[in-house]
Amino acid sequence: MNEIFSQGHESKTIRVNMLARVEGEGALHIDIKDGDIKNVQLNIFEPPRFFEAFLAGRHYSEVADIVARICGICPVAYQMSAVHALEKLFEVNIDPQVRKLRRLLYCGEWIESHALHIYMLQGPDFLGLHDALELAKTNPDIVKRGLRLKKIGDEILKTLGGRAVHPVSVRVGGFSKAPSQKALNGLLEALTWAREAAIETLQWTTTLDFPDFELPYTFVALSHQDEYPFNEGEVAVSGTAGQARYAVSDFEQHFKESHVQHSHALHCLYHDQPYLVGPLARLNINVDKLSPNTKKALNDTGLSLPFTNPFKGIVARAVELLECIEEAIAIIETYEVPASPYAEHEVKAGTCMAATEAPRGLLYHHYKVNAEGMIESAKIVPPTSQNQTRMEADMSVLLPSIQHQDESEIAFACEKVIRCYDPCISCATHFLKLDINRSS
Amino acid sequence: MTSQKQRPRLAVFKLASCDGCQLSILSLEEDLLLLDQAVDIAYFPEASSRMEDGPYDITLVEGSISAPEHIEQIKNIRAQSGLLVTIGACATAGGIQALRNGADVADYVATVYAHPEYIQTLKDSTPISEHVKVDFELWGCPIDKEQVRHFLSDLLAGVEPRFPEHSLCMECKRQEHLCVLVAKGEPCLGPVTRTGCGAICPAMGRACYGCFGPAEVSFPAGREHANADALASRFSEALHLSNDEVLRRFKGINSHASAFKETAGKWQKMEENKHE
Repeated sequence: MNEIFSQGHESKTIRVNMLARVEGEGALHIDIKDGDIKNVQLNIFEPPRFFEAFLAGRHYSEVADIVARICGICPVAYQMSAVHALEKLFEVNIDPQVRKLRRLLYCGEWIESHALHIYMLQGPDFLGLHDALELAKTNPDIVKRGLRLKKIGDEILKTLGGRAVHPVSVRVGGFSKAPSQKALNGLLEALTWAREAAIETLQWTTTLDFPDFELPYTFVALSHQDEYPFNEGEVAVSGTAGQARYAVSDFEQHFKESHVQHSHALHCLYHDQPYLVGPLARLNINVDKLSPNTKKALNDTGLSLPFTNPFKGIVARAVELLECIEEAIAIIETYEVPASPYAEHEVKAGTCMAATEAPRGLLYHHYKVNAEGMIESAKIVPPTSQNQTRMEADMSVLLPSIQHQDESEIAFACEKVIRCYDPCISCATHFLKLDINRSS
Repeated sequence: MTSQKQRPRLAVFKLASCDGCQLSILSLEEDLLLLDQAVDIAYFPEASSRMEDGPYDITLVEGSISAPEHIEQIKNIRAQSGLLVTIGACATAGGIQALRNGADVADYVATVYAHPEYIQTLKDSTPISEHVKVDFELWGCPIDKEQVRHFLSDLLAGVEPRFPEHSLCMECKRQEHLCVLVAKGEPCLGPVTRTGCGAICPAMGRACYGCFGPAEVSFPAGREHANADALASRFSEALHLSNDEVLRRFKGINSHASAFKETAGKWQKMEENKHE
C-alpha cells in the first residue's frame, strides 16, 4: 500500500503509508535540499491513550492490570516497573523464591519478544523478504524454529500468569498464586530443546550480511552487581558520553523528556544528547554478567564487543534469547514453592520510582501515592521514546550516502534502520509515513 | 494445498490499541503457516511489508476509534471489506482508553503533554460498531487465540461462527475453582463477565476484572445483559465496598460497554450526591 511519487527534478516526495513489521504506527519525514539532509523527523502518530492521566485516582492495587495495557508485546515490563516502584515505597521484602519467579516471568517475555523480532520482524530484512511467511516457503525449518521458541516464551508466561498477553497474577508484593514445582518442571523439556535452538539462532544471526554502519553511540542500560539486568540495578551509561552510574531515583535529573510537535511520543535525552537503550546497550554494558554457557556461545561466534552497529542488535537479541533460556532452566531447577506467593505490606504516602529492562530497553515509572494508597500522579518513560532521537540521528548519518538512490530504496533503507530498534510505537504512544521532500 | 486463486483475502488493521490482539494471531504458532495457506494475507503490516490494496474478504480490526482520522479510516475499511470483524476490547467496546470518556480530555492532554496544541484526539474512545456495521465481534483484552483459531476455522469451513456469551461463573465452576466472591469475599466480576478467557483469574486465586466485557443471556423475548446492578449492590452491601470502590470495579477494561457503563454511572451519581 506504499505510495511513491515524484514532484519534478528539484523537489521530490516519497510517502510510505505504513511502516511494516513494527509495533504501532508512525511516519518519517525527510527534507533534502541541494543534496543536503536538512531535517529527519520520525513522527509517531499512534493516538494518545492517556494512561498517565487515568492512573490518577486509581488504587495502587489496580496499577499492574492497567499499565499492562500500554503494550501487548511487553506487558510484563510495565507490570514489573510498576510493582517494583510501589514496593520500594511500601518497603516490601520480597521472598527470594518470588524474586526468582519474577525473573522467570521476565525471561518468558524476553524469549517471546526476541523470538518474534529476530524471526518475524527484523530477520526478513536481511534476506530481502517481505515477511517470515515468505521465508517459510523456502526455509520452513528456520521459521518453525522461531515460532517454537516464541511459543516457549508464551508457555512460561502462561504458566506463571495465566496467559501470555496481559498476564493476571502479578501484584504488589509478589504473585496472586505461585506455580507448583511440577508445573514449572513441565517446561524443562521444551527449554532443553530451546537451549540448542537458541544457539542455532545465534549462529544464524552471525551469518547475516551486516551493512557497514558503525556509529559512536551512548549506551544506557540497567546494571546489577551480580546478574544480567531484568528487574533491578543502577542506570549505567557507557560509550561516547563517557562512563557514569546513577541511582534510578536520580533518573529524571539526567534524562529529560521534551514534547516536540511532530510526535505523540515524548523525546528523552541524556544531558541533551540522544542515546540508545535495548539489547545492544544491555549486552555492551553487562556482557560480564552472562552465564558461562552464553559467554561460550558468544565467544564461538568470533564477534567482539562492544557492538556499535545497530544492525547487530539482532545478534544481541539472540545472545539474550539464549541467556533467558539458560536462566529459566537454572531458576526452575532450584525453585521451591514460597511459603506465601506475596508479601503483606502497609500503604504509605510518598513518591516512588523504578526502572526495569523491557525487551526493547529501559522502562522507567514514577508514582505519587497518597496515604489511602490512591495514585495521585504517574509518569512513564518507555524505551521507544528514549530511542526516538537516536533513530533520527542514525538516519541522518545514513541518508547522505544513499540519497541519490531510488526513492523506494531510500524508504526501505530507513525502515530497516528503524526496525533495528524494535520500536514499540504503541508503547511510545503508530502510522509510519515516510515523506521525503527534495528541493534545491 | 488450497488453490491460490480461491483463497479468501485477509486484512488486519490497527487503530488505537496495544497490539496485543494482533500478537495473538502471530502466536498461532505453526497454525500461522496453515492460515497462510488457507487465506491470502493481503494486508497485515505488523507481520509483513507486503501491503496490498483491498477489497478484502475478511477484515480484522484491532483498536478503538480514538483520533479524528479514524472515522474516515474505518469507513474506508468497511467499504473495502466483505466481513468486518472486531478483535478485542478496544475495537469491540472502546477499550481501556475509554476511561477518558466523560472526563475533560483537555485536562488529560495537559497531564501527559507539555504542548497540548500538538495533540489531536477525539473526546471519546468508541467501538467500531458505533461508526460502521460490524459482522462479528471478538471480545477480550486480549482476545483468546483459541477463539481466533475456532473463529477462522469455522468461517473457512463455511460454518457460521458462534461465541459463548454466558457468564464466566459457569466456566469457573466447571474447572472447580474455589469461589473468589463467596468463599474469599473478593469483588469478582465473574458473575457478569462474558466467558472466553478460561477463568484464568480465579485459577490464579484472584477476582475477575471483566476483560471479556458483559455477559449476555438470550431469552425467547430477546437478549439481555447480565445483571451488573445486582452484583454492584452485593459488593456494597455484603462486601462493604465504598461507592468509589464499586464504581472502579466497573470502570476498567470495558468501561464503555453498556451494561458496565450504566452500572458505573449509577454509582458515580451516588458518590457525587454523597459529596453535595
